[in-house]
Amino acid sequence: MSIFINQDTRLLIQGITGRDGAFHAQAMLEYGTKVVGGVTPGKAGQKAGAIPVFDSVAEACRATGANASIVFVPAAFAADAIYEAADSGMALVVCISEGVPTLDVVKLMAYLKGRKTRLVGPNCPGLISPGQAKVGIMPDLPFKPGSVGVVSRSGTLTYEIAFQITGAGYGESTVIGIGGDPIIGTSFIDCLAAFKDDPATEAIVVVGEIGGSDEEEAARYVKANIRKPVFGFIAGQTAPADKRMGHAGAIISGGSGLAADKIKAFQEAGIEVCYEPAEIATRLKARLG
Amino acid sequence: MKIHEYQAKEIFAAFSIPVLRGMVATTPADALKAAHEIGLPVVVKAQVLVGSRGRAGGVKIARTFEEVEEFAGRILGLKIKGLVVDKVFVTEAINYKSELYLGFVIDRRTRQAVMMASAAGGVEIEEVARTSPEKILKNQVDPLVGLHSYQARDAGLKLLGNAKQANQFSAIALRLYQIMIAHDCSLVEINPLVVMNDDKLLALDAKINLDDNALYRHPQLESLRDTASEDPGEVAARGAGLSYVKLAGSIGCVVNGAGLAMATMDLIKRYGGEPANFLDIGGSSRPEKMAIAMKVLLADRNVRAVLVNIFGGITRCDDVAKGLLIASHEVGVEVPVVARLTGTNQKEAREILQGSKILFADDMSAAVRKVIEVAK
Repeated sequence: MSIFINQDTRLLIQGITGRDGAFHAQAMLEYGTKVVGGVTPGKAGQKAGAIPVFDSVAEACRATGANASIVFVPAAFAADAIYEAADSGMALVVCISEGVPTLDVVKLMAYLKGRKTRLVGPNCPGLISPGQAKVGIMPDLPFKPGSVGVVSRSGTLTYEIAFQITGAGYGESTVIGIGGDPIIGTSFIDCLAAFKDDPATEAIVVVGEIGGSDEEEAARYVKANIRKPVFGFIAGQTAPADKRMGHAGAIISGGSGLAADKIKAFQEAGIEVCYEPAEIATRLKARLG
Repeated sequence: MKIHEYQAKEIFAAFSIPVLRGMVATTPADALKAAHEIGLPVVVKAQVLVGSRGRAGGVKIARTFEEVEEFAGRILGLKIKGLVVDKVFVTEAINYKSELYLGFVIDRRTRQAVMMASAAGGVEIEEVARTSPEKILKNQVDPLVGLHSYQARDAGLKLLGNAKQANQFSAIALRLYQIMIAHDCSLVEINPLVVMNDDKLLALDAKINLDDNALYRHPQLESLRDTASEDPGEVAARGAGLSYVKLAGSIGCVVNGAGLAMATMDLIKRYGGEPANFLDIGGSSRPEKMAIAMKVLLADRNVRAVLVNIFGGITRCDDVAKGLLIASHEVGVEVPVVARLTGTNQKEAREILQGSKILFADDMSAAVRKVIEVAK
């Protein structure tokens, strides 16, 4: 088991003929993901490697029975691509594109309310259920099938943390990068709720960073709802105020979004806080044996 | 991206939000000229992209022309929260009865814009939110419909107590929301929004933060960027598509990914060092980009050692290695460099760097320990 994606995921690549889309379509296919088609308007009938290309998501869905899509189109067109996927009834849309205007996502989320589509991202590395499917841009190296669920706002830091978990001999059920933007489709809480109900997930690692109060809300949720062991990591303890640390959402403003507050919230919720990636391994061993 | 008060007020005026007449000056003589045009008394206000200008001595009322020159001279060159003031805004000085707060921000939790209004204007709204949150009226704005007039009018009635002023308040709120949508703002704020002696409302200050992600569709706003008040390294890095923030320490860091970059800084601090910067080279790893990153970093004279921490995915370790070689040929790297390269093409990277002076570490913790040691 896993959350959001598994061996039954039938994936479409939106923007498959672009540089990143083409590269990662092949990488996902090689990993074992059922990549059933790609979409690039005006390029129907072509093939990207062995993957058929369609003009629209609706057409691709009819031909392939796809139930998920991953978006690689440039930021200016990303919102439109997500609307298109949602209107075709996709259960899951993962938006990798970075730099999508915040108000586009605000509108999009209002539109998706009450619809069955889950959006992950934008500006995220995607997700992987090791051994089953990869819907994202992560390298294969750090991941191995196992029982630890990971949810993170970051990309490479997630790989680093998974690398530690794998190195300690555990492996992961699903690793999900929810994205570094201020407004994102899937929150920590959405993932925590899914991990809570996933029998294959025995422990959860939450990787947060400065900015906003998502980690504080996640902590409250964990305290009230989760009995599985939860470990936490917060990046940005040395970040100065009012400076955007790469991610659009990673900014301490008006004295809120501080790492110290998030760490405190984690501790109060019984989440074991790790202060360096390598500490995850030792804490997992101490707790899970 | 933040813009100055005077720039925000130009946008306000274009959307018919009442503001006072004012002129920008970069010298005391220009400030004097502006005061002659506007008429005494005037307020001389520092134009600098941080809050609390008044408390830092950056806002002064001048009642004579001598005072205009004197205050402008004192404020120009003043350092407020680390930024040097190089412009002042000279505006009319008026009397008013009361100060309100009105602003729109994007609320991350509800994923909507929220209108915030308060009778406690003129002080930092974050302070009000901390000490007396009940004084702030909040209204969610449906993104698909926009702000309703009645929402704005209700807030106006609660704050001002009479329909006539509530209507004025509502008109200003609707225009302010229009500005947010039209310019892709992450924040629009009037603090204070004042009730003048004739009972009319006016925006005495103006603050607009723009969404960097949306600047591509507002090229006219990009020209409002004040690069003079930014660190030159940060400007150069942005030009190359790098994300760089200068800090005060001595250990430079080059990392791929924002989260890992922050975690690297944190670990340096945890082991007793001080990071000199945040630097995310991003996903793509063209060797040239890596070389530019090293140039930006080494231009900071405080840097005594550099840590390169890469977890390769899309970023290829061999590209990073090539970039390091280019940098050492072009810039001349005189400080020790510690590299931790894990992931895509890590073996090739080591081969490329064989024979160079670069020190290697196998994992992040070991790399941080080593770089702190060689920086001493």
